[in-house]
Amino acid sequence: MNAPNTSGWKPAMNAAAPGGDSPTVTGNRALMLEEPLIFEIGSGERCGVDLPEPREGANRLGGLARTEAFGLPGLSEPETVRHYTRLSRQNYAIDLGLFPLGSCTMKHNPRLNEKVARMPGFVDVHPLQPVDTVQGALEVINELAHWLIELTGMHGVAMTPKAGAHGELCGVLCIRAALEAKGDAREVMLVPESAHGTNPATAAFAGYRVEDIPANADGRVDVAALKARLGPDVAGVMITNPNTCGLFERDLKEISDAVHAAGGYVYCDGANFNAIVGRVRPGDLGVDAMHINLHKTFSTPHGGGGPGSGPVVLSEALSPFGPLPYTARTKDGVVHLIEEEQAEAFSQEHLGGKMQSFGRMTAFHGQMGMFTRALAYILSHGADGLRQVSGDAVLNANYVLRACEDLLDAPFGGSGPCMHEALFSDKNFGGGLSTLDLAKGMIDEGFHPMTMYFPLVVHGAMLVEPTETESKAGLDQFIAALRSLAERARAGDESLKTAPHFAPRRRLDETLAARKPVLAWSEPDVPGGRPTRSEQGGS
Amino acid sequence: MRYLPLTDADRREMLSVIGAPDVDALFTDVPADLYLREPIGGLPSHASEMAVERHMRALSMKNLAAADAAFFCGAGAYRHHVPASVDHIIQRGEFLTAYTPYQPEIAQGTLQMLFEFQSQVARLYGCAVANASMYDGSTACWEAVAMAGRVTKKKRVVLSGALHPHYAETIRTMAKFTDDEIAGALPSLSGAPDIDGLIARIDENTSSVVVQYPDILGHVYDLAPIAEAAHAKGALLIAVNTEPVALGAVRSPGEMGADIVVGEGQSLGVGLQFGGPYLGLFAVRDPRHVRQMPGRLCGETVDAEGKRGFVLTLSTREQHIRREKATSNICTNSGLCALAFTVHLTLLGEKGLRALAAENHRLACIAADKLAALPGVKVLNDSFFNEFTVILPTDARAVVRDLAKDKVLAGVSLGRLYPGADALSGGLLVAVTETTSEEDIDTLCSALKEVLA
Repeated sequence: MNAPNTSGWKPAMNAAAPGGDSPTVTGNRALMLEEPLIFEIGSGERCGVDLPEPREGANRLGGLARTEAFGLPGLSEPETVRHYTRLSRQNYAIDLGLFPLGSCTMKHNPRLNEKVARMPGFVDVHPLQPVDTVQGALEVINELAHWLIELTGMHGVAMTPKAGAHGELCGVLCIRAALEAKGDAREVMLVPESAHGTNPATAAFAGYRVEDIPANADGRVDVAALKARLGPDVAGVMITNPNTCGLFERDLKEISDAVHAAGGYVYCDGANFNAIVGRVRPGDLGVDAMHINLHKTFSTPHGGGGPGSGPVVLSEALSPFGPLPYTARTKDGVVHLIEEEQAEAFSQEHLGGKMQSFGRMTAFHGQMGMFTRALAYILSHGADGLRQVSGDAVLNANYVLRACEDLLDAPFGGSGPCMHEALFSDKNFGGGLSTLDLAKGMIDEGFHPMTMYFPLVVHGAMLVEPTETESKAGLDQFIAALRSLAERARAGDESLKTAPHFAPRRRLDETLAARKPVLAWSEPDVPGGRPTRSEQGGS
Repeated sequence: MRYLPLTDADRREMLSVIGAPDVDALFTDVPADLYLREPIGGLPSHASEMAVERHMRALSMKNLAAADAAFFCGAGAYRHHVPASVDHIIQRGEFLTAYTPYQPEIAQGTLQMLFEFQSQVARLYGCAVANASMYDGSTACWEAVAMAGRVTKKKRVVLSGALHPHYAETIRTMAKFTDDEIAGALPSLSGAPDIDGLIARIDENTSSVVVQYPDILGHVYDLAPIAEAAHAKGALLIAVNTEPVALGAVRSPGEMGADIVVGEGQSLGVGLQFGGPYLGLFAVRDPRHVRQMPGRLCGETVDAEGKRGFVLTLSTREQHIRREKATSNICTNSGLCALAFTVHLTLLGEKGLRALAAENHRLACIAADKLAALPGVKVLNDSFFNEFTVILPTDARAVVRDLAKDKVLAGVSLGRLYPGADALSGGLLVAVTETTSEEDIDTLCSALKEVLA
């Protein structure tokens, strides 16, 4: 029985769904809940932590005590847990299904690694404790460094870079330092056009002028063009192997020899190391420096965009120039942490005076929390398992390639097996449909889309990387969905243009976000609620 | 090999679809003489979960965890209590195992979280806009210097002597390759910070002035006169904060006129972790500077049904679009650490952050008074938040090593941070947080008294 509401009370609703006519009162869809921002549900007076009431006492804040409010909202513990748990449900993740982002290597994240990283001796130690009290942590760094060197056939490794692109910078700075130590300042870094976008930015940040090298029709570096450009002004080449077309650079050894003969060095982007781990060592291919994304090949979780970790393996020629701090084990079994203080003396006493570090590139010792996870992963797999990793990763990618290439154009499908990712194009789509439409259709099928429009050398590129942790049954399901979408795209199925239809959000207006950036929350300035984006003059 | 789902039968079936005799045949592009036909020697074979756990635990036990010591280390990394729900949330698979939110329709969880994080950081720093995080405080600091160069088109950088020396080293290293001129100095143990001296070093060619707040010795002081002096010469003021909890007690750098505020967010939610992963924070006071910022930005927009949603935006600044003309080569952020920060700060709220800061300051004042009462020991600071400098009559490095044998981690010696600077060798940085008990403070005092006797 409904009594008339005469009190004037109204439910505090629809903060969850600003704008838009919703078929439900709350704006929710079954188990998918609309979640407001903490700024809309929290308040400065709420708190989810029990702390002592501030007491009168000494105040030595230099006369700068804060009096104004920040406007930081607080929530109780249950509200906080519920808020972030609800948000989490609007995310796709590797724990939910196949995540075939090419060049990103989204493989299973073993939970043992999480357990290990949280052991008190790793998580609750300070970077500047006396080194006697952190021998176990230094051993982790040293042990991981050892296996990375073994797996890559290199001579040394710089452990401090914080992510792949930071590792690239480290490697290029090593090249620059090595050349300058010879009094041979060079100005140009060659970057093939299929290289990762970070590569040219990195070379520019290290003070180099960047010159492109084209790809050949085979999807690989044009060796003749590269050789023709080598000369006394070229510091080196930044190459990706396996490359971004999913292919092995079969001429890399020849390229390395030519670069070395011209007095330069070879940087290899190691983002795709997963495809070759345990099967070929980059050191044997003549590489001088290569970063390793621990979050890719060695399974440390990337948490919605980071943290990463980018140790850089180095050839004998570049090893002396790596950054501070570094670790080294001496004959007595002690692992030393070499910082500025003792760098010169340690080098003289134990390393024959060879170390000429280019300096420090971050405050502390690198991503320790990633090192423990990566080491646990390497030990779990062992030499046999890591070789199986690359085998299964490449097998899975070729299976997808061959199972779909009759429907989806595979520009390099005719040039032999791919490595751990399969590359398709939008060449035979009908009705003005694009790669974007197929990718958004994949969301409705319950999969994360593949990498889109990369590499740039292929029109409407779709780069599919299943990784080795997918089962055959899972791949068959994925292939069935991909084939069905390819058929719809070829037939010009208009409904793909408005996909996704079933995701927490329909297509988002990225142009509006860039044209009128709203990058922080602000108080509503209109009585009765904050205007929605569309009311602010958006599309 | 419990992480690999394919069976041998699966592999045979898949190879027959591909038309290859075996897996080795998929690697024909690798030069035959370099292709490894057997597992790499030297590495052991795969190990069980139990065996790996045992090995890692043995290594972990060789470290002295902060919880097992009387603990006073700071200098850019601080030990705070992290509520249990923070780790619970960051371990949810949908956050932990997601990638960069390239497909915003199915990444709203991460994107909304980043928008909340950016909004919190901007308010904490007294700025208009914050980005979605950087690698850590030191790299964020270098990126701020590089950004100031782009904005001002000038090449001379003035560093405060009381900037964290690792941050200063990071700047010096990078500047060698970008030809920026770095004018630095050493901190002084003679009393209050030398603000006039810093201002005197600013000239017409200065792109930025970099100060730390609270500074490496723990001093808290007004940045407004430095901001004014910098602006008068057309330079930007970059303020570095390594202890965000301090901002619950003192005025923010943005309010005092800093143009770029960067720092380390590790204090909230992230934990010590032997130095990483940490959380770089980056914010600008003037929204017009947004397009010169490095790193990722999350912005608000609407979807095709008009519902509010979030996307990564302004990517035309970034390396994957602008290549060698990008604002930075950084192509990631510290998403999971940002999540930990934002959850911890949401649990605290304004009220909790202020109470937490007050408790830190109260305990630090107690520790400073008790240490100052020891014979031969002097406390340098008149002003500080939760960390201050103690001057000992002997080399603090040796004292720290001696006390560690008795599970007292007394702090960070200036000798370790400034090798070769003899004038600083008596300096010891002592940090006190809410995790420090008054009993810990007494333990430190009696151990110090004994070793100095």
